[in-house]
Amino acid sequence: MTGTAAMDIRPILSTLMRHKIASLLIVLEIALTCAIVCNALFLIGDRLDRMNMHSGIADHELVRIQAASLRQLSSDDAVDKSVSLEYLDTLRKVPGVRQAAIVSQLPFGGSSNNSSVNLTSDQERPTLDATVYTDEGSLVKTFGLKLLAGRDFNSDEFQDITDLQKAGDKAQIPVAIINRSMAEKLYPGQNAVGKVFYSWTESPTRVIGVVEELARPNSLDQGAYAMIFPLRDYGAGKHYILRTEPGRRAEVLDAAIKALKKTDPNLLVVNQDTFDEVRARYFEQDRAMAWMLVVVIVALLLVTALGIVGLASFWVQQRTKQIGVRRALGATRGQILRYFQLENFLLATVGIALGMLLAYSINQLLMGKYELPRLPLHYLPIGAIALWLLGQAAVFGPARRAAAVPPAVATRSV
Amino acid sequence: MFGYYLNLALRSFRRNKALTALMVLAIALGIGASMTTLTVFHVLSGDPIPDKSDRLFYVQLDPEPMRGYRPGEEPQSQLTRFDSETLLKQKRGLRQTLTSGGNVVISSDKPGTTPQLVDARYASADFFPMFDVPLRYGRAWTASEDDAKARVAVISKELNDKEFGGGDSTGKTLHIAPNDFRIIGVLDAWRLTPRFYDLYNDNYGATEGVFMPFSTARDLDLGTQGNTNCWADSNGDSRALNAPCAWVQYWVELDSAGKAADFRSYLVNYSNQQRAAGRFERPANVRLRNVMELMAFNKVVPGDVRLQLWLALGFLLVCLVNTVGLLLAKFLRRSGEIGVRRALGASRMEIFKQCVVEAGTVGLAGGVFGLLLALLGLWAVRQQPASYASLAHLDGSMLLLTFVLAVAASLLAGLLPAWRAMQVTPAIQLKSQ
Repeated sequence: MTGTAAMDIRPILSTLMRHKIASLLIVLEIALTCAIVCNALFLIGDRLDRMNMHSGIADHELVRIQAASLRQLSSDDAVDKSVSLEYLDTLRKVPGVRQAAIVSQLPFGGSSNNSSVNLTSDQERPTLDATVYTDEGSLVKTFGLKLLAGRDFNSDEFQDITDLQKAGDKAQIPVAIINRSMAEKLYPGQNAVGKVFYSWTESPTRVIGVVEELARPNSLDQGAYAMIFPLRDYGAGKHYILRTEPGRRAEVLDAAIKALKKTDPNLLVVNQDTFDEVRARYFEQDRAMAWMLVVVIVALLLVTALGIVGLASFWVQQRTKQIGVRRALGATRGQILRYFQLENFLLATVGIALGMLLAYSINQLLMGKYELPRLPLHYLPIGAIALWLLGQAAVFGPARRAAAVPPAVATRSV
Repeated sequence: MFGYYLNLALRSFRRNKALTALMVLAIALGIGASMTTLTVFHVLSGDPIPDKSDRLFYVQLDPEPMRGYRPGEEPQSQLTRFDSETLLKQKRGLRQTLTSGGNVVISSDKPGTTPQLVDARYASADFFPMFDVPLRYGRAWTASEDDAKARVAVISKELNDKEFGGGDSTGKTLHIAPNDFRIIGVLDAWRLTPRFYDLYNDNYGATEGVFMPFSTARDLDLGTQGNTNCWADSNGDSRALNAPCAWVQYWVELDSAGKAADFRSYLVNYSNQQRAAGRFERPANVRLRNVMELMAFNKVVPGDVRLQLWLALGFLLVCLVNTVGLLLAKFLRRSGEIGVRRALGASRMEIFKQCVVEAGTVGLAGGVFGLLLALLGLWAVRQQPASYASLAHLDGSMLLLTFVLAVAASLLAGLLPAWRAMQVTPAIQLKSQ
């Protein structure tokens, strides 16, 4: 079997050597396509990873109302507080609402409050930059966060953020809950509960709980660090988060807005949506980019396939007489078919080998320019297989036409 | 001769319809993709204010404490309120303005309307002449109105159309609850791409609805929007005059680009004075970038747009290689015909010319279809969620570039096949017939 294969390859190689330019062009086209397709697939994978990032919260059970009242425009802390509590109370009574919380920000919500975190009070450079969630009293339960260690806040640990601001140098945030990424970065290999860090105030803050995940509202490339402070922030335009059953979200949102409008005719709703919508909006650009890459891949494969069909047809036409001679000398249709298939396989293999090198160099370039990770090696065989299959599919038509050349052609002059 | 070759090319297209269609399609796809992404790139990376982009400068100072200092490191991207107000008072440029984004709640007298949140811009008087802001009605506010913290506002054309039904609304009252503002000016249609004067809000977003004096906004403690960076305790009010927080953008217009060095040394002097007074701790570390330098430094053009451009150019390259191969097949398939022409006395150069004309015609057809694809592509871009999406339109220069690119690309693709074709030896071809 190997003997016949070797015998098959030799005439193919000598034919290709006589059509150097055309062979080179096919190889080049396959190499370029292979390189671009590998990188595009990788970019799609990268986007999909981003889009599927865990939020840490109960994605499908939450709705968000970002609201304020015109009464809050006077910038009076007491009014802010009474309005917020009134809203929260109203929302808790809406049928279907299991939990409700006031939060300053939410995962993938866009705008965020961030703070540098130090391990000692006199550190030169901060250890990390974490996003700050303020908890009015029921954030952990409402978001549905999973505590890995430690506990949730006790009711006596909460303080008004306005009191904290008034305290000036004496301000303290004694306890906080942090997410796992932050715990592992601050205290690698240790139990974070009971440890302290410095952020926001001059006094130490002690970790009392670690949650599995809690994603940032934005700047996802700054590291997935998040912390929760037990601070009641009643400023205008905060987010009211309601937890309900997945099937009742639309109904609850509708009823909640109606209930709020009834209690306060001066209601100003900035945003009202389900968390799934918040998330989808945040990753809209990534989804659009992923689709664009898909279109490019399809178009590239199409153009390359058509190019192979065109050149292969030309070769078949050009060699009609030789094919006739081979047929007359006893070659079967299958052998003629396999000849062209093998020829394409050889060209594709050289193209793919070159393409992989090129794919790797393009990735190096992208890594430098766009801070992309290294191309994982498993994308290379995917690209290779795609192009082998594409080549075989494209050459099949012309090859079959070649196989159909009757031996009698050898006796005619073309 | 050209006419004859064109005729020959058209005949050849008719003979090989499928192959010709394939080539035109390949070029059209490549051109369409490239032109779509090039146009987006062109729109986003263009000079937003070409007349004076080299004379408008963005100022940065380093007001942070010594802790964490590394020489030569980029200072805060914005100024503190104290520094920006002080620089404004010292008036060392031809014009200068301090500005910040914000949002205000507008309520209307009209029954049945609900209050709405509108993007606002707080600035000092020079903002309008500095950034060539076009006014449809009325006027911008003056420096004395800045000083008086006057309750005056300039509104955008869009807000004027929506709230006041268009027309000259100067003199009308704008309720920015709980206060009343007098409208003194209405903008004409105006949209900077990008909105370079504030790179800390949506760079390609729409123009703000309400403009008012910065001093008035601070007087009324109106909400701001954008980045705020504090390096010490601000006692709860990061907008206070002496808060250790950077959140204000400061721009200066100079007589000429050459005055930048003078202005820079003024900023260094200012930093040294502040350090002597104990307000600054670090050695003078200033930045003074003009519009294009600032945009380049902040990488304003989204990375995705650059990536798409490279991707499209890569795609065009594949399409070109493809075209080279197909043209080669096409020309050599006619070796017999070429042999006859050569035997009848056509020189190699004439064969070459004939092939190049044919390649160019393919390119032109590819260009026309590519243009249609680019229009389709730009339409698709406009459906995208990004805020720059609505800006993706083809202009005259890009239209011209489409055809130049298409024809140049296919001529380039035609060179090698044409060169091969002209080397066809008449004797062998005639013999094999």
